[in-house]
Amino acid sequence: MDRRNHPLYLAWRRFLRSKPGVFSGLVLALLYLMALFAGFIAPNNMTVQHPSASYQPPQRVYFWREGRLVRPYVYQLRRERDPITFISSYKEDRNQPTPIRFFIAQGEPYRFLGLKTNWHLFGVAQAEGYFFPLGTDQFGRCLFSRILVGSQVSLTVGVIGVLISFALGILLGGISGYYGGWVDTLIQRTTEVLLSIPRLPILMALSTVIPTSWPSTYVYLGIIAVLSFIGWAGLARVVRGQVLALREMEYVTAAVAQGASNLRIILRHLVPNLSSYLIVTATLALPGYIIGESALSFLGLGIKEPMASWGLLLKDAQNFQSLSLYPWLLTPGLLIFVSVLAYNFFGDALRDAADVRSRD
Amino acid sequence: MGIGVFILRRALVALPTLLLISLLVFTVIQLQPGGFLENMLEDPRVSRETVEHIRRQYLLDQPAWVQYLHWLRGILQGDFGFSFLNGRPVSELIWERLGWTVFLAALTLWVTWLIAIPLGIYTALNRYSPTSTALNFVGYFGLATPDFLLALLLIYLVLASGGTNVGGLFSPQYIDAPWSWAKFKDLLAHLWIPLVVIGLDGTANIMRQMRANLLDALSQDYIRTARAKGLAERVVLWKHAVRNAINPLISLAGLQLPTLISSTIIASIVLSLPTIGPFLYDALLNKDQYVVMALLMLSALLLMVGNLLADILLAWVDPRIRYE
Repeated sequence: MDRRNHPLYLAWRRFLRSKPGVFSGLVLALLYLMALFAGFIAPNNMTVQHPSASYQPPQRVYFWREGRLVRPYVYQLRRERDPITFISSYKEDRNQPTPIRFFIAQGEPYRFLGLKTNWHLFGVAQAEGYFFPLGTDQFGRCLFSRILVGSQVSLTVGVIGVLISFALGILLGGISGYYGGWVDTLIQRTTEVLLSIPRLPILMALSTVIPTSWPSTYVYLGIIAVLSFIGWAGLARVVRGQVLALREMEYVTAAVAQGASNLRIILRHLVPNLSSYLIVTATLALPGYIIGESALSFLGLGIKEPMASWGLLLKDAQNFQSLSLYPWLLTPGLLIFVSVLAYNFFGDALRDAADVRSRD
Repeated sequence: MGIGVFILRRALVALPTLLLISLLVFTVIQLQPGGFLENMLEDPRVSRETVEHIRRQYLLDQPAWVQYLHWLRGILQGDFGFSFLNGRPVSELIWERLGWTVFLAALTLWVTWLIAIPLGIYTALNRYSPTSTALNFVGYFGLATPDFLLALLLIYLVLASGGTNVGGLFSPQYIDAPWSWAKFKDLLAHLWIPLVVIGLDGTANIMRQMRANLLDALSQDYIRTARAKGLAERVVLWKHAVRNAINPLISLAGLQLPTLISSTIIASIVLSLPTIGPFLYDALLNKDQYVVMALLMLSALLLMVGNLLADILLAWVDPRIRYE
């Protein structure tokens, strides 16, 4: 077949025509690259505490000095305490500009692929002071660095969670639709039960099953398991419906006549015909996992320290007082918003490109 | 078939599901490590004998299936167990909070529809106007922002502009005061934040759906027929197109209920509203098992009742659908 008439090529051409779709795809690629190289891009180590810089607001970057364009620099912030109200505030120390250096090797050490290194994309020399582009939290930890490293959790929970629920959903939904009978009834009853409880309360309850004594990496896997445990049900229903329709197709009868096993028919004949539909559904389901993880972590039922995730970072902004005094603590929310929006647009564009709407 | 028989049949179908839900809920609670009584033991003022006594009293020393049957029998008699945290029966505690929960959810649903339908019609009729673009943008914003984040943002905006009416449903001086005009105004001043937080994504969804349905309806043959026979454009739009565009939305309302209940819960936790949300949260953190089980069952029940209402409504507005 001519390459230009290949369905994948045609779908790709249709996808490229959607500007929001292509743009969202690029944004997502950028986000995942940032997550991969988080330690390098982050100017500070995300767990190092700077007690003298507790709740420090974001530092402004200056480009001009005495009317001339110079290497970007920041001023160090000094804490001052109001003698009457005892509320501490930060003032720029204008005497000494601290230049921002690129590709510096004098930053705080971090681990990348198991190697210990202190190379950073940008930052200020440790001897010259601090640079916190988005401010710090209560313990003086760099929020920008925490957001970057936190994206490793927030952005992977969705992907792994969707993969697991899809494996479960496709297998169980496929079996349910293909075999029918009591297997079908059993699986359908199970999905009905899982879908009959509103998502958040059951997620909250399930996440308390994870022992508090577990290390944070296990908790991370536990949260993925909890999200997938609920997530597969909706998908299994969809797959079942599609399989019921496809089962009557002639090529399935042909496969049966040739003596193909049931599992082979499901996995080799039915699932590939659903693949475009499944990919689109997976992309559109992903934001739900990102939001689910962030909500659980925000409530303190999800990811725990020393790991970070966007939801967990927002937990610091939970009480009204810190929200009004330290509004920069809300910036992780922007990342949640951007990634969810990007996945939505990307999924919409994929759906239009694959033109699977007619099968809905 | 009459509506009474329809409801009865749906209830009978729902019973086995509810039974399975109760089994799932009970299993989840059994899997939880530790428990309220274990936490109690760490308190030096509580003796081991007291804890053992409570454990025997609530059959918590018995095998799991005995506990499950005991709990189930209690529910059938209207007894949802005992809240160790509050020292009171669960059913009393739930009744206090159920009112506000249903009130908030129902009010949000109503306001959502009241706003979203006209906006959907407007954006369908003025597809490329700047207002439509702005509305679509707000819609995307609503769909992509988690409820708790939206709540934080609104709280910040209110606090930053000098407002104080955040959190709770009343200012402190009105909480125990009898109803008055001033108290009502105070409620309204607090109520808009939860309404926006709970309702924004639903509004965006219904608006988008209404827009799509109306555009779809307007391209149908019967609209051309209506225009061809000289009906006024007003009649064509409202009696023919809009009427048919709204019907599919009612089943959407049923589908949105789980999100609505989840939103109400998380918004209530962030904004400390007197609904079942913070109640569930505290119970989970303290492993107050009977409260958690009761609330999970209750949220599933709310969902089922809501779906039933949506089906009844659908059959009522659409004469083609019968109770079957």
